[in-house]
Amino acid sequence: MTNQEANEIILNIRNLKVRYETQDGIVKAVNGVDLTLRKKRTLGLVGETGAGKTTTALAIMRLVPNPPGVVECDKLEIGGQDILSLPEHKLEHVRGNDVSMIFQDPMTALNPVFTVGDQIAESLEIHEHLSVKDAKERAGDMLELVGIPRERANEYPHQFSGGMKQRVVIAIALACNPQLLLADEPTTALDVTIQAQVLELMNELKEKYDTSMIMITHDLGCVAEVCDEVAVMYAGRIVEEGTLEDVFNRTMHPYTEGLFNSLPNIKDRKAKLKPIKGLMPDPTNLPVGCSFAPRCNYATDACLIAQPQLRSISQTHRIACTAYDNPEFHIERRIL
Amino acid sequence: MYRYILKRLLMLIPVLLGVAFLIFAIMDVAAGDPVYSVAGADATPEQIEVLREKMGLNGSLIERYIRYIGNLLRGDLGTSYISKLDVMKVYLQRLPNTLKLATLTMIVAVGMAIPLGITAAVHQNSIRDTTSMVLALIGLSMPNFWLGLLLILFFSLRLGWFPTGGSEGFRSIVLPAITVGTSLAALLTRTTRSSMLDVLRQDYLRTARAKGVSERNVIQKHALRNALIPIITIFGVQFSNVLGGSVLAETVFAWPGVGRLVVDAIDQRDIPTVTGALVMTTMLVTIVNLLVDLVYAFVDPRIKAQYTK
Repeated sequence: MTNQEANEIILNIRNLKVRYETQDGIVKAVNGVDLTLRKKRTLGLVGETGAGKTTTALAIMRLVPNPPGVVECDKLEIGGQDILSLPEHKLEHVRGNDVSMIFQDPMTALNPVFTVGDQIAESLEIHEHLSVKDAKERAGDMLELVGIPRERANEYPHQFSGGMKQRVVIAIALACNPQLLLADEPTTALDVTIQAQVLELMNELKEKYDTSMIMITHDLGCVAEVCDEVAVMYAGRIVEEGTLEDVFNRTMHPYTEGLFNSLPNIKDRKAKLKPIKGLMPDPTNLPVGCSFAPRCNYATDACLIAQPQLRSISQTHRIACTAYDNPEFHIERRIL
Repeated sequence: MYRYILKRLLMLIPVLLGVAFLIFAIMDVAAGDPVYSVAGADATPEQIEVLREKMGLNGSLIERYIRYIGNLLRGDLGTSYISKLDVMKVYLQRLPNTLKLATLTMIVAVGMAIPLGITAAVHQNSIRDTTSMVLALIGLSMPNFWLGLLLILFFSLRLGWFPTGGSEGFRSIVLPAITVGTSLAALLTRTTRSSMLDVLRQDYLRTARAKGVSERNVIQKHALRNALIPIITIFGVQFSNVLGGSVLAETVFAWPGVGRLVVDAIDQRDIPTVTGALVMTTMLVTIVNLLVDLVYAFVDPRIKAQYTK
């Protein structure tokens, strides 16, 4: 890796592990995740509910609640800055400034007793040391940027619709122009027409501010819309990662195939859906072998013995699947 | 908003009329005939009838009630049977003492309860939480008069820092305020804790942290403001209670407040004083309730929106 390339890397995570130590047992939410994100790129983090996507994002923000959460990591750097060793008061400078997060549910993500203007202005006051008046002015600009008239800055969250609230949440996250934006299912709580608007807005803003982004979602359509790269997560591990083309058009992992098969096909309305059978394994009691093996149509005895490691298929494309030890193996899904 | 306040103030009228009638009826049933106790044992029936008229005790309950309300509207609460003093004057003499004690009591209660409750909630299930809750339990179970006596023993008799009783200056109010405040703080602490626990789980605190807000501000600014409504509710109830007088503490510390006035008057079957003081207290309590509702609107914009609708 040349120096210039290294400079471009915004996020570098090595071997991230997060577990929640509860009274009912240890929940292994994230089990050794490596992620690298370069400047201006958008990574889609895809997987079912409970795959550890949100926990990964919270760990990047160092916001995993402790107790019960315990984070272990070999390396966690944002824009070259080591986040792991930072004390709490320094982390406060990073959060909202270098990296910020858009939360899943706009209905609950805003504080009901403060005006939306104040909530946007707050991070500007903290990070850019603006006066209350200047911060309010900038908050008005931010509102306009996300398509809300600035006069509404003095209104409270309950006076906004769901889609508008999500725009406010986006405005809060972008207020200090962060290098890295973590968007945790930003459209899940919205209806489809608003989803499209919000995605378009995020794409525009990303272009405008050169922000790198991790888009957490289980909506593959949303990934296709905004992402350059995709990482598919299952039971706290990345099972397939690569460019959008790699994962969508040259799908190799059986789980990724399962995700695509679960999508309804609008061209063939009579076709039956092929959902992935079974459920995600209990994170307090993960199997020794491949976590997906119990649900996998291609699983062999070899899959149950050891956890498959990520291997490179091409320069950009990596998968973790034991079945490919057999050079003849391929999944059913073919390039569309 | 102003319409709401006006509406609430107008609602004061039927409430006061109702309460006055209730007090009137209860005293009529309970007190026996006060004319006899005033006239003495050897009064003739004629003297008693004259006295009854003079004391305004002639006529049916309804007649007397209407007469009383008429006087009340002119600010006349009648004359005490015992001291022959104007009840309104006596009440207004005692009221500043009660207001002073009530205010300081609530300051003591809030000053103890909010920090303890927040600490307990933020460090849930830790040693700090347990300590706070045990303190609250002790405060709740300890009888007022007993705590009052303990404080007198230690701070007045042994250390000599505060007077044992009376109402001379600020120093004499400290011990009664601590006595009553401690027992009120107990409930207020528990309310603060449970309300904060509820709020601490909310997503918007994570949003605040993700913005880079310091943990201290997350708790004191973002969380506390949202946790305030139940705390204000309990505060309002307790403040109303102490406005009616804290009889036990007033007795222990010989504090000349409204509570003792009423209790002494009941003992002496001094009906005008009892009725007058209770009607005035009702008015104060209703006003406090209105203020509490207005504070709700100030704290939570969603409630304000309901008022203006």
